[in-house]
Amino acid sequence: MKKAFYIFLLLLVLSGCKSKTSATSQTALKSASDEPAYGDTLIEGTIGEPSILIPMLAGDSASHNIAGIIFNGLVKYDTDLSVIGDLAESWDISHDGLVITFHLRKGVKWADGVEFTADDVMFGYKTIIDEKTPTAYSEDFRQVRKAEVLDKYTFRVTYEKPFAPALTSWGNLVVLPKHLLEGKDITKSELARNPVGMGPYKLNKWTSGQELALDAYQDYFEGRPYINHYIYRVIPDSATMFLELQAGGIDMMGLTPIQYTKQTETDFFKSNFQKFRYPAFAYTYMGLNLKHPFFKDKQVRQAIAYAIDKSEIVDVVLFGLGSPSTGPYVPNTWPYNPNVKKYEYNPEKAMQFLKEAGWKDTDGDGILDRDGKPFEFTILTNMGNTLRMNTATIIQWRLAKVGIKVEIRALEWSTFINEFIDKRCFQAVILGWSIGLDPDQFDIWHSSKTKEKEFNFVSYRNPEVDELLDRGRRTFDITERKKAYFRIQEILADELPYIFLYVPDATPIVQARFRGIKPSPTGITYNLPKWYVPKKLQRHTLEP
Amino acid sequence: MITYLIKRLLEMIPTLFGITLLSFFIIHLAPGKPTDIFTELNPKITPEARERLEKLYSLDKPILVQYGMWLKKIVRLDFGASFSSDRRSVMEKIWDNRKPLLERRLFVTFMINLLSMIIIFLIAIPIGISSATHQHSLYDKITTTTVFIGFAMPSFWLALLLMMFFGVYLDWLPVSQLKSMNYDSLTLSGKIWDLAKHLILPIFVSAFGGLAADSRYMRSSMLEVIRQDYVTVARAKGLPERAVIYKHALRNALLPIITLLGLSVPGLIGGSVIFENIFGIPGMGQLFYMSVMTRDYPTVMGVLTIGAMLTLLGNLMADLGYMLADPRIRAK
Repeated sequence: MKKAFYIFLLLLVLSGCKSKTSATSQTALKSASDEPAYGDTLIEGTIGEPSILIPMLAGDSASHNIAGIIFNGLVKYDTDLSVIGDLAESWDISHDGLVITFHLRKGVKWADGVEFTADDVMFGYKTIIDEKTPTAYSEDFRQVRKAEVLDKYTFRVTYEKPFAPALTSWGNLVVLPKHLLEGKDITKSELARNPVGMGPYKLNKWTSGQELALDAYQDYFEGRPYINHYIYRVIPDSATMFLELQAGGIDMMGLTPIQYTKQTETDFFKSNFQKFRYPAFAYTYMGLNLKHPFFKDKQVRQAIAYAIDKSEIVDVVLFGLGSPSTGPYVPNTWPYNPNVKKYEYNPEKAMQFLKEAGWKDTDGDGILDRDGKPFEFTILTNMGNTLRMNTATIIQWRLAKVGIKVEIRALEWSTFINEFIDKRCFQAVILGWSIGLDPDQFDIWHSSKTKEKEFNFVSYRNPEVDELLDRGRRTFDITERKKAYFRIQEILADELPYIFLYVPDATPIVQARFRGIKPSPTGITYNLPKWYVPKKLQRHTLEP
Repeated sequence: MITYLIKRLLEMIPTLFGITLLSFFIIHLAPGKPTDIFTELNPKITPEARERLEKLYSLDKPILVQYGMWLKKIVRLDFGASFSSDRRSVMEKIWDNRKPLLERRLFVTFMINLLSMIIIFLIAIPIGISSATHQHSLYDKITTTTVFIGFAMPSFWLALLLMMFFGVYLDWLPVSQLKSMNYDSLTLSGKIWDLAKHLILPIFVSAFGGLAADSRYMRSSMLEVIRQDYVTVARAKGLPERAVIYKHALRNALLPIITLLGLSVPGLIGGSVIFENIFGIPGMGQLFYMSVMTRDYPTVMGVLTIGAMLTLLGNLMADLGYMLADPRIRAK
């Protein structure tokens, strides 16, 4: 959960200030030749500061963002979400799906000049499963029965059972420089704040609370990045960050919906910046506690879905920057099933369904009741998240129209999770999941995952879904997996353990001088080393 | 005098103990744990993995045992290692010896607060005196209104307005942070100028909000003093008004300011969560806020303990200052 992203949403209404733009720079922007050239600096603004740059020890998204351009993995996701080689040139999977053999690239060098070999992967694997390593990511690796180094460039792992997410788990979490870490306590290592990787950029200087300055790694195995320096500036306040963008202090940041639709719709922004928009790998939902007598009944859940207008929420809350969601996957990715039951806004149908379920307004107070109990419930969400609060308010208003009374309560994050979600003390919640790139969602929907602190906190139970979840993670065959996940979405859309609300769009903005950006379903930064600034437009000419 | 000092210092020990005990329990009462950043809503975590993580931070032990462990370290002045994922020592986060002064949080906060405190006193004392001597005049009303506007205005809002005007519209001053990107390549005078430009807005914002209290204290204490008989005597014997106010009255009117100074000492290192976050200044306020949000107990306790010690020392210094300045108190 990238909660930091949601929390800081200070809507600054005062956008009257316009920065002057010299006419020359505008014309230069348009006429400059588009030849890729080396040089210049990209400055990205961030709300949170990374805390540690060893991927397996990091918990926050800022740390993973930076560690992700310092370290590479064996495999990575391509722009269409298929798996392609990164440090591994190729791999073989045995017919039973139990053995994966990685063939590593030859001649890849760590930033200190030492060659990268299969021993580094083995070392990383042993570290991540070590009891003493404080990592949250060891689970996928505990499924490994045997890991072996066949030769310098070949690494083989054998699993107990076929496990589809296994392949992609060999990303950048498990590659560590053995020659620098062997025999040392990883939690006290210098590498945590001064990492040695083999990715496109390497850390030059980290000024706590201010910035991380990264330099291009000249010997990067996919070719030297065009942009010489990458600076990650820490600006904890999003309104300040937006002002820095206008003042030229940063080149790139994520915009809030109001910044994207209103504040950047000026001539100044149009001529100096390029905006991007694509669905984020996340969705927001209203989770219903299925153990609660109101929500046990499928018809009631469907009635609620009919009573809510999802596109209205997208239009009002997100300023149209998102799309209604129908299931737990992002539209236009391979696991996404577009043909599931959709609930168009239909209050009459909602009322009819509620009536069939035994809810009637017998005492004439405008609120439905059954067996003398009025249909009243509370939606919980976390404090400080304006998007979720506004969503809750719209739902409250819509449900009132069909005779359901809703209270809204916002809680401090830790209290919310520890006292209400973990202890199952809720009726309904509005929350979001960020979606992994692998479609396996065993932990969220499987009926064995309903214990305290586990993630099926709505207590969803369906034997067919259980079986399909298991089938989906036990085969590497993408058509087989697709079948399983498509069926799961059909069932979820019918049974509605969650009311799926929306998939928000990610809306980054980048200074116009940067070229070579090719938006894809996975975002824009996947080809960062290929971004460039034409020679004439380069702004920062500091040489390394 | 010496026995008094020793007695006061000894008294501080149980007080400090009580403060740390209370803070330790209160921060542990808040729901959530330092390991939450790994485990919260992370579907990849298993109960075993969670237990392993909690054990690594000794969170599985009873809270009294945890407090004992913390206390054992603190008597050796060791604040322990932070619970955030970087596991750095708390002392290093607050005051990293290997880094230049400007990259040490305690120094940054201390510098900004000291500067703004000096500015506050330099402006607030004359304002207080003059509005007391011109009580109920238009001048008095204007200054009073101005300082209260500063007091009432939300600092984040003022900061954003100033950033927009001076940083974006006029492009005279940098918007945020402490130094420019090319800071390291500047000459010494260039560095000082760069730093000064970055400090103008934050110091203005924090000083503007602080004027009200000090100037009002000064005003009321001055008003009280000029009603005293000895001031009337001074006037009666024909002293010029300047000498009456600045020589006779001011000395006595300044006494409460000593207390005010003593109370300001802990504020010097506390820092402000609000303006440090708005201006992106890496000071103690920011560190404290982040540690509270991630339930990084050792860092929270470290900052609180240092703050508590300074508060107690500040009180002691104020009392001592009073004794030096005022013979009436010394006699008691």
